[in-house]
Amino acid sequence: MNNTESEIDAKAVVISIKDLKKSFGSLNVLNGVNLDIFQGENIAVLGRSGSGKSVLIKIIAGLLKPDSGSVKVLGQEVDKISAKDLQALRLKLGFSFQSSALYDSMTVRGNLEFPLVRNRRNLSKKEINEAIEGVLDDVGLLDAINQMPSELSGGQRKRIGIARTLILKPEIMLYDEPTAGLDPITCIDINNLIIQVQKQYNTSSIIITHDLTCAKTTANQVAVLLEGKFFITGSFEEVFSSENANIKSFHDYNFISGV
Amino acid sequence: MQPAINPLPEKKHVISKGIDGFFLDIYHVYKFIAQFFKEAFSGPTEIKEIVNQCYQIGSKSLALVSLTGLVTGIVFTTQSRPSLSVFGASSWLPSLVAIALIRALAPLVTALIVAGKVGSNIGAELGSMKVTEQIEAMEVSATNPFKFLVTTRIIATTLMMPILVLYTGFVGMMGSFLNVHQNELTSFKAFVKSALSSISFLDINASIFKAACFGFTIGVAGCYQGYNAQNGTQGVGRAANLAVVVSMYLIFIEEITIVQIVNAIR
Repeated sequence: MNNTESEIDAKAVVISIKDLKKSFGSLNVLNGVNLDIFQGENIAVLGRSGSGKSVLIKIIAGLLKPDSGSVKVLGQEVDKISAKDLQALRLKLGFSFQSSALYDSMTVRGNLEFPLVRNRRNLSKKEINEAIEGVLDDVGLLDAINQMPSELSGGQRKRIGIARTLILKPEIMLYDEPTAGLDPITCIDINNLIIQVQKQYNTSSIIITHDLTCAKTTANQVAVLLEGKFFITGSFEEVFSSENANIKSFHDYNFISGV
Repeated sequence: MQPAINPLPEKKHVISKGIDGFFLDIYHVYKFIAQFFKEAFSGPTEIKEIVNQCYQIGSKSLALVSLTGLVTGIVFTTQSRPSLSVFGASSWLPSLVAIALIRALAPLVTALIVAGKVGSNIGAELGSMKVTEQIEAMEVSATNPFKFLVTTRIIATTLMMPILVLYTGFVGMMGSFLNVHQNELTSFKAFVKSALSSISFLDINASIFKAACFGFTIGVAGCYQGYNAQNGTQGVGRAANLAVVVSMYLIFIEEITIVQIVNAIR
């Protein structure tokens, strides 16, 4: 089970988004998004394809610039700080990409070693090896340490991608469609891993997903993005007790009626 | 502020779509080159990756450059002999081949080979990384992807091209010697003496400078096309193709320009 309310620090806001707007040409993707995420909280962001969910977390990670509004991560405005400060902030952020984005010219060891060696230059070879093996053990893929990404299954690549973010011990995790394209059994493994990461690393997370089972299992709060804004925010039960047609069809497609 | 990987801005057509697009592309290339110089002269330096890229470029090109240099030397010598023989000037073959190889053939032929082999590889590699979000993954893990991927490759191509050009020149001269020795029974000592007597420091320096320019062009073209690739696998293929085509056009323009400058100095 994910963190209970008592484990979430309601006073410590780790991500604060105020009136965020982003357009691509004439396409208004985000139309005034407001969201606060607290220390130790997992929040699932749901929405239709093209509703701006991935754009939202890329803005939080500083990969895209907002048109207007404020995005504060750990007290710093992401689009206003210097390059050096942004780089330091990113050490506290973990980003799990939908496609895993593993470096395909490096082995699993190389993928995990790359961010560690570049950002923790004072570590000895032994400490690096211990860190790599520790995080691979956490995701249950120690045996894959010398394999190339092309030799891994989709679920394995996803877990290695998560391991690569965990090696820097982030405070905030951003998951972009963590269960996309995976079979139900592997989805369960990924959901359990997200919960385990929250508990073991005491992270706060934003989980972008279409998978309501993932949202229900891993998230403390659910937010539904509609027409560029958060239409409704609350617990899974609160959100899906709504009579709104879009919300109902989202729920009914994921959970077959009567089952 | 670290430049975020934003999509290229929408083009507002002032004159026409084609002309506006051309000047917009020139502007983006200018910004790309400016960022290269900014990253290249700010620490920390990626020495290990630069050395790795130099090794990759050298090892990938060596076999083809060797063969091309050898064949160029042999063929040029063979084709030049009849014309010189008419005037009884066959003894000038080593000089003629040395001048042709060092001043023009070695830099140009080597650049075209490296543009095809290395330039396309860089375009495809970076393009593939771009469309699979590996560059973004590098950026969010607090690594500067431009410095690590682009700057290192451009520095490596700029450094390796002069070395490869000198090597091509050497191999070409060896090929020429084999041919001259077989036909005129010229000794190695006489061949080298004749060849070196016609080459000046200006020729060698101009050749090295030209090679460095070609290397820089190949690196920039390959990295620019790959780093800005879009639209999945089609974009990767386009990046690899454009890396070669653009490099080759620019290499020819640079060749003509530098030849004019060197001749004016001579």
